[in-house]
Amino acid sequence: MADFDAIVVGSGCAGSVAAYELAKAGKSVLVVERGNFAGAKNMTGGRIYGHCLRAVFPDNFDEIPFERKVSHERISLMSPDSNFTIDFASDELLKDGQESYTVLRGPFDQWLAEQAENAGAEYIYGIAVEKLVKDESGKVIGIFAGEDEITADVVVLCDGANSLLVEQAVGAKRVPASQMAVGVKQVFELPEEEIEKRFQCNPGEGAAWLFAGDCTHGTFGGGIIYTNKDSISIGIVAGIEATAEKATVPVYQMLEDLKNRPEVAPVLKDAKLVEHSGHMVPEGGITTMPELTADGVLIAGDNATMCVNLGYTVRGMDYAVAAGQMAGQAAVKALDAGDTSKAGLKCYIDALEDSFVMKDMRQFKNVPAFMENFDRMFCGYPEMMRDMMNTMFVVDGTPVGPMKKSMMPIVKGMGMMNLFKDVRGAMKAL
Amino acid sequence: MSDIKFTVNVDEYLSLNKYEVDESNAHIELKGGAEACDPAEFDKLIRVCPAALYKRDEDGKQSFDYAGCLECGTCRIACGDTIVEKWENPQPTMGVEYRFG
Repeated sequence: MADFDAIVVGSGCAGSVAAYELAKAGKSVLVVERGNFAGAKNMTGGRIYGHCLRAVFPDNFDEIPFERKVSHERISLMSPDSNFTIDFASDELLKDGQESYTVLRGPFDQWLAEQAENAGAEYIYGIAVEKLVKDESGKVIGIFAGEDEITADVVVLCDGANSLLVEQAVGAKRVPASQMAVGVKQVFELPEEEIEKRFQCNPGEGAAWLFAGDCTHGTFGGGIIYTNKDSISIGIVAGIEATAEKATVPVYQMLEDLKNRPEVAPVLKDAKLVEHSGHMVPEGGITTMPELTADGVLIAGDNATMCVNLGYTVRGMDYAVAAGQMAGQAAVKALDAGDTSKAGLKCYIDALEDSFVMKDMRQFKNVPAFMENFDRMFCGYPEMMRDMMNTMFVVDGTPVGPMKKSMMPIVKGMGMMNLFKDVRGAMKAL
Repeated sequence: MSDIKFTVNVDEYLSLNKYEVDESNAHIELKGGAEACDPAEFDKLIRVCPAALYKRDEDGKQSFDYAGCLECGTCRIACGDTIVEKWENPQPTMGVEYRFG
């Protein structure tokens, strides 16, 4: 007889929700979290889409400690000496089930863990699981936590982007550097009203702001700014391989340069830096996804690279919450049926395949490769946009020619074939 | 030798973070130690480590200190097959503790 019905490794978006589902169904659950509290080792940009949490917490959704509801979507194309920004606001972005929220993982993850604990899950904090316990047949039957061996009928692995256990569980190889990004972020405290003034937002609302172009000085990656309740998150997310091999400055210098940009510095003025953090983003999506089940074990969240970066939208946490919910429910089903073998856990795969999680992963299967080779987005298009905008906005008293005549050389400078190829590539990938 | 340019002092930023540093256990180890590492591989880590733990001084001497580690694992992904010989999570209750995240 195992010590627990289920063990969940990691208490982030996927793990807490999986544990919540298991505990709610009356299963004995142990969650082992390596942070001294949930969220202590986690970091996001970041923003989460509300739909996934509405599905898990229909009755107490309003209690979730969100930072701000995102009412402004901003995207900037940044060249060394210009910045072109789109600011989009829409009633549709604010509707229940379509809305998104900025979060800080400290408070957010602790709330999620609290829901699992209140439902009956037991917690061990401060210990990283280094090894899985397997029986003679190779079935996962538990974990080693420190010196202790703890057994369970099923193990749900939600150990995040830097998983050291997925390889042990399903034999997956380490994700290649070309398919992972590194995020570096700083949090700046600023009074609530000041944030609303600087970002032109209503109380409780805020902005999600993505940058492409010179913020990485031309290599694969981008900048982020998210408004929290009384702080601003600012960061860089950069492809690890591209940065390691081609970046002209280190990632932390990219962040420093972004902070000092004339478009960005005013929003951070007099704000107090309170934290400097780093985390990986598994941007490979389905191309790097490991097997999601093996005998006795399920995998959900960042460790399964359930993440997409479309350039204008970055998603991972909503996939993790949904996958955590499905993993928890599938584990319950398998426990009830008395079969937690790979075959018994197939209901998890079926549920995922039937949901937006795997459907999106398949839809966006070509995005990582497209983005990786989209060099002109990081150096080229921001400059083209600058030149076009300068043509429109610069007035110096010299006679103005026909717009077509002044615009065409700029576009031609990029190469019509290049433009055509990129538009076609984007259409195919997205 | 690299010409990676930076002006920012990340150590000052790290000092704002909360850490429980495990003085007796290095959770990351480089093959043969930082000084002996292939400079081209070491450059990669200088570029990608968000905590600027991989350093090269004016004399070209390479050094690495795990104490300010943010535990992101980027060095493991970048150079896990070359100079990053060991990457483990810190011992129980040790390491960085994000208050905001």
